[in-house]
Amino acid sequence: MDFSLFLQYLFAGITYGIIYAIVAIGFNIIYNTTGIINFAQGEFLMLGGMISISLLHFMPLPLAIALAVLITMVVGAFIEIIFIRWIESPSVLRMIIITIGISIIIREVALHIWGESVRALPYFIGTAVTSVSILGINISPQVLIVIGVCSIMVVFLNFFFKFTSLGREMRACSANRRAATLCGINVKNMVTFSFMLSAGIGALAGAVMSPITYSQYDNGTGLAIKGFTVAILGGLGNSLAAVAAGLILGIIEAFSISFLPLAFQDAVAIAILLIILFIRPHGLFGSSAAASLKEF
Amino acid sequence: MKNVLKKAIVAIAAIGMLAVPCLQTAMADTIKIGAILAETGPSFLGVPEANTLRMLTEEMNAKGGIKGNQVELIIKDSGGNPEKAISFAKQLIEEEKVFAIIGPSTSGETMKIKNIAEQTETILLSCAAAEVIVNPVAKWVFKTPQMDSDAVKKIYMEMNKMNISKIAVVVGNTGFGKAGKDQLLQIAPEFGIDVVISEVYDKAATDLSAVVAKLMANKEIQAVVNWSIVPAQSIIIKNIRQAGWNVPIFQSHGFGNIKFVQAAGAAAEGVIFPAGRLLVADVLPDDNPQKAVLVKYKSDYEGKFKEDVSTFGGHGYDALMILAKAVEEAGLDKAKVRDAIESMKGFVGTGGVFNFSPENHNGLGLDAFDMMTVKDGKFALYAK
Repeated sequence: MDFSLFLQYLFAGITYGIIYAIVAIGFNIIYNTTGIINFAQGEFLMLGGMISISLLHFMPLPLAIALAVLITMVVGAFIEIIFIRWIESPSVLRMIIITIGISIIIREVALHIWGESVRALPYFIGTAVTSVSILGINISPQVLIVIGVCSIMVVFLNFFFKFTSLGREMRACSANRRAATLCGINVKNMVTFSFMLSAGIGALAGAVMSPITYSQYDNGTGLAIKGFTVAILGGLGNSLAAVAAGLILGIIEAFSISFLPLAFQDAVAIAILLIILFIRPHGLFGSSAAASLKEF
Repeated sequence: MKNVLKKAIVAIAAIGMLAVPCLQTAMADTIKIGAILAETGPSFLGVPEANTLRMLTEEMNAKGGIKGNQVELIIKDSGGNPEKAISFAKQLIEEEKVFAIIGPSTSGETMKIKNIAEQTETILLSCAAAEVIVNPVAKWVFKTPQMDSDAVKKIYMEMNKMNISKIAVVVGNTGFGKAGKDQLLQIAPEFGIDVVISEVYDKAATDLSAVVAKLMANKEIQAVVNWSIVPAQSIIIKNIRQAGWNVPIFQSHGFGNIKFVQAAGAAAEGVIFPAGRLLVADVLPDDNPQKAVLVKYKSDYEGKFKEDVSTFGGHGYDALMILAKAVEEAGLDKAKVRDAIESMKGFVGTGGVFNFSPENHNGLGLDAFDMMTVKDGKFALYAK
């Protein structure tokens, strides 16, 4: 394999990986404040793409994306308030069923609003055939935008959770709900906010990747499965680990194509997930002591 | 009390008004026609088909139906799911007792219900493309889209002209893709063509740049055949052009929906594919036998639904019109109608001029296809 081919695969892998990672981070934000997995996470990406495509008829692209992110955040808040908030001490199984139900509802509503056809935002720079040359290989500028936007989001989230009081309060809820309540933190509001935050970053990712992957009422499901794989792979709840795990999975998938038929791409991903679950059930970067204290 | 009486009278009057049209239709014969179409799901084939069938049924019924029999259309949305197609087929045949079934939209679904149609002796007019549907011939099963083997031959003939002999084949993982891959591999030697790599991609794939890198790395490849019916086919085209690879791209007749072109944007320019003439109806010469049928269908459809016509809707058109013509000739006896379809000659449809025979339940030949390309975001006849 020569160097330029190696780079082609590498960039393809990073593109997949960063998208998986951003979905996984969405899972982690909600998991951290509630201890539940929100299986409707993929639908937030779909909504971000679809809403910004619809808004594009009325306003310029940056505004359309910003408004789409806001609308999706409102949707996220409503979902939490309507379906999650009133449940006292939810069991894991119950929450899984509820969030899967929510994802089906969102999908069906989207089907009625937008129909079954595939849409896409226009490329932010140039057209579908524009490419930039880096170290002798050609890639679409949109790939760089996706990588850039997702990286900025990761850095921003990390900063947010470490250095802002709101971020610290959310982390406190994940560490110990009761102690957080005793400290005067409104845990219920934090949970609503975590849904809004993960809806927002999902929607933004969904919008910037729409020119590459297209948006369709049901394209959130596949992404959610991959994102979940990555979240488990990195260790649930750890956002930086999710980025590392996402990139690892994406790059392995991309390179697996060079010697395996393409049809095995998903099999590779799932095989890795199974191996990790057998060998390190707490994830590549998680700690087994911490995992044993959690319910799920 | 007065109020209650008033309400009762209104209610009775309303029921009476409802009952009158019911009685009228009950007196004349109605022909129940079932349709199993993928109106939702990963591909958007079923929508133009269902639209077309509804439009035609309305038109026929307004003119007094087929031979005086009103048509009742029952459309079931399978979402492209073969399991749903099976249960809908059973429901239509056993509960609704339909006269015939149009559809399913996809080859995978059609193959699943082929036997059901055979066993229950129900006429099945499939809107799906794969050759296996009518080869080997099943007594009760017909199909209206052109043969995929003919599409393959058309593509290879074009490649021979362009001196292309080493190609890559990529297909979507649907029934259409699998059947196409088999045909492409099987027919290649006849035309002296060597398939160097063949790959299958997921119908829900979101980015395929890695597989494009793999194809590009093989310097022998002179052209890529992308045989698919799902939106992911546009992703491959984009990824190839983004990688700066100027290889000729051939698509299948599954590309004949302008939405795929829009999805691929500028990358779709210059793609070469075989398709029926509906896509270029406006620019056909006037002496083409299909011109009148195509232009009327196109303007009717586009006027009513405000969206571009696609060949898939045309497959639905052909299926219903062939059935209507056979009923006009043979009456309401299923076996006789089947015989009438099998012996129908020279029927001018949207897919071509149909000549059915006991050996050919498709009725179309190589001449049903023309090579098309994309120019300025629109379909155009491909010319050197």
